Amino acid sequence: MNNAYLPHEAEIVARIQEAPDIFTLRLQFTDPELQANYSFAPGQFNMLYLHGVGEVPISIVSDPENANLYDHTIRVVGRVTQAMAALQQGDYIGVRGSYGRGWPMAEAEGRDVVLITGGLGCAPVVSVINYVLQRRERFGRLVIMQGVKHSNDLIWREQYAAWSKLPDTQILLAANETTPHWAFDSGFVTDLLDKANFEADNASAMLCGPEIMMQVASQRLLEKHVAADDIWLSMERNMHCAVGHCGHCQFGGQFICKDGPVFPLPAISHLLGVKGF
Amino acid sequence: MVMHHFLARTDFHALLDMLVVEGYACIGPQVRQGSIVFDRLHDVSQLPTGWQDTQQPGHYRLHQTGSPYWFDWANGAAAIKPHTFAPQENLWKVVRDESGRLHFKTILPKPQKIAILGVRACDLAALALQDQHFLHGEYPDPYYQQRRDNLLLIGVNCTHAAATCFCVSTGDGPAIRSGYDLLLSEIDDGFVLEIGSARGEHLAKQLPLHAASATQQATAQQRMQAATQQSRTLPEKPPLYDLLQHPHWEDVGARCIACGNCTSVCPTCFCHQEVEHPALDGNSSTHQRLWNSCFDPSHSHIHGGAVRRTPKDYYRQWLTHKLAGWHEQFGRSGCTGCGRCISWCPVGIDLTAEVGSLTA
Ligand SMILES: Cc1cc2nc3c(=O)[nH]c(=O)nc-3n(C[C@H](O)[C@H](O)[C@H](O)COP(=O)(O)OP(=O)(O)OC[C@H]3O[C@@H](n4cnc5c(N)ncnc54)[C@H](O)[C@@H]3O)c2cc1C
Ligand code: SF4
Ligand code: SF4
Ligand code: FES
Repeated sequence: MNNAYLPHEAEIVARIQEAPDIFTLRLQFTDPELQANYSFAPGQFNMLYLHGVGEVPISIVSDPENANLYDHTIRVVGRVTQAMAALQQGDYIGVRGSYGRGWPMAEAEGRDVVLITGGLGCAPVVSVINYVLQRRERFGRLVIMQGVKHSNDLIWREQYAAWSKLPDTQILLAANETTPHWAFDSGFVTDLLDKANFEADNASAMLCGPEIMMQVASQRLLEKHVAADDIWLSMERNMHCAVGHCGHCQFGGQFICKDGPVFPLPAISHLLGVKGF
Repeated sequence: MVMHHFLARTDFHALLDMLVVEGYACIGPQVRQGSIVFDRLHDVSQLPTGWQDTQQPGHYRLHQTGSPYWFDWANGAAAIKPHTFAPQENLWKVVRDESGRLHFKTILPKPQKIAILGVRACDLAALALQDQHFLHGEYPDPYYQQRRDNLLLIGVNCTHAAATCFCVSTGDGPAIRSGYDLLLSEIDDGFVLEIGSARGEHLAKQLPLHAASATQQATAQQRMQAATQQSRTLPEKPPLYDLLQHPHWEDVGARCIACGNCTSVCPTCFCHQEVEHPALDGNSSTHQRLWNSCFDPSHSHIHGGAVRRTPKDYYRQWLTHKLAGWHEQFGRSGCTGCGRCISWCPVGIDLTAEVGSLTA
């Protein structure tokens, strides 16, 4: 029997420092057969295992059509990610996946794509941006909205600058607190929706970030007559097994690891914003 | 037409002998430290003759009735769950060689044939649920599978329900209907025996059985009837997700001391955590899983702190999952009416009463 709990060895083919506490690992399974059969979709994740330390769930941000290599962008927050930051090109780590249900990229074809994220860069949504830009003609307008607490928190400034020059691409950034050089809006990312250019009845909205932000954003989108079924949220909970066994990631009747992390709004709207749930 | 056999009490040792010959380690009920526990059973004399329990919210006591019965009690704290879903087990090991390469290796439990004697209806129903969880999804669990495949189940129909039992209300007992290899109903001088599987049949063939008489069968039915007298009930599908903001959660949260007993005694709870045990030489590491509980503050930890932080949050997570989330996940409630969480809660919290207050 296949053992879903068992990691497989992968080599770090490249390591990119994105920001002081954010780095990207480009990985490849060392077993050629495993690598050849490997596939993933935007919004899915892998469990990354660091020898002797432990495992963490991390989204896959690279393009699914080139599954021969796959990228993970990791932010240092605690025990495992801290230790992972010391890894170098040529080191080996354990990987198992891909897991979960990702973004509805097939449903979104031919439509406008509205991305709303909050917090320090939202890895699950980076995969969507990359996916759309690689297949530009298959999608309508692309609206990228990102909110941060403080303008200094914004990472990937150059990327935003580059994306904003592309046709049919709108970048809307907001910070709650700003420094004098901040060229974007101040306030909440959800307040920027009035400036966003998209057709409400032909748009797929994809949200990622703090639950309260996603709840408010969903509400605003509904007010703008985006259908509830066209609003998608990437949820986060503690994870250990990633295969629906350990119970840690439960969110009502859903296991975020296997039924998500991406959910259509109607599947979880009754649970959103309930404090301590 | 089910065949009913009769095994005399004086011949019962033949069943234990047979299990040994067939290579099974027999696990059965016995009295230890004032409670019925399931542990290695070598001899008929270890069975809990004449022992019966009194259970109430936060209360469990054994007393002697002087009767000849071995199985006239309702469940103690644990029965089957630890034998399929182990409280602690190694999952895999990794060795790092000189060049930094990683070699991962599954550690499967050693196949050990185990026969469990005295399994009750509520626990067989719970086992069926655990099978569904660990084996019948997209990722069958090889550790659970290994233990499950080596399990022989000898059920016993209940004749005495504790005051905390409500299996009639959940539809899971007291009669055992499926999931057994052999099924026993205890009467004065022995057992009415039914066969539930090929393995059970194989064993039965070697036992000194007689055909059960109509009177013996009727007596077995009558004795089981006594266990259907239960006072607690649980609605089939309480609408708990509509009641997430109900003030009663604060009330139960103020009583709950978040010990997690309710989850560790529950035969359907499946939460576990994975932990890493690096060897001192730094080159190898063992990955283990342990039972975990939604009452553990770290259960919902994400960076920046836990999502659920108070006993109210824990209890609400537990009850809504058990009685509502389970319907979405497994097509039925996660409660089989065994009553353990009521008896073993140190402050006597009773889920049937809490549901009553929430839905009143
Ligand atoms: C589906 C999914 C995708 C993710 N994608 C990314 C990504 O692309 N990049 C990134 O930087 N982070 C991502 N995260 C968050 C990342 O998993 C956590 O930051 C990480 O687990 C923290 O581990 P730690 O040991 O460093 O932190 P600690 O706070 O020390 O956590 C210890 C343990 O708690 C659990 N845990 C803690 N935080 C989380 C969390 N947020 N989610 C799940 N389990 C957690 C893990 O089991 C972890 O090992 C993702 C989380 C999920 C659920
Ligand atoms: S919830 Fe309580 S009564 Fe129901 S199966 Fe679990 S321990 Fe038994
Ligand atoms: S309900 Fe009772 S048994 Fe469960 S955690 Fe609270 S105090 Fe412990
Ligand atoms: S991470 Fe274990 S059930 Fe989802």
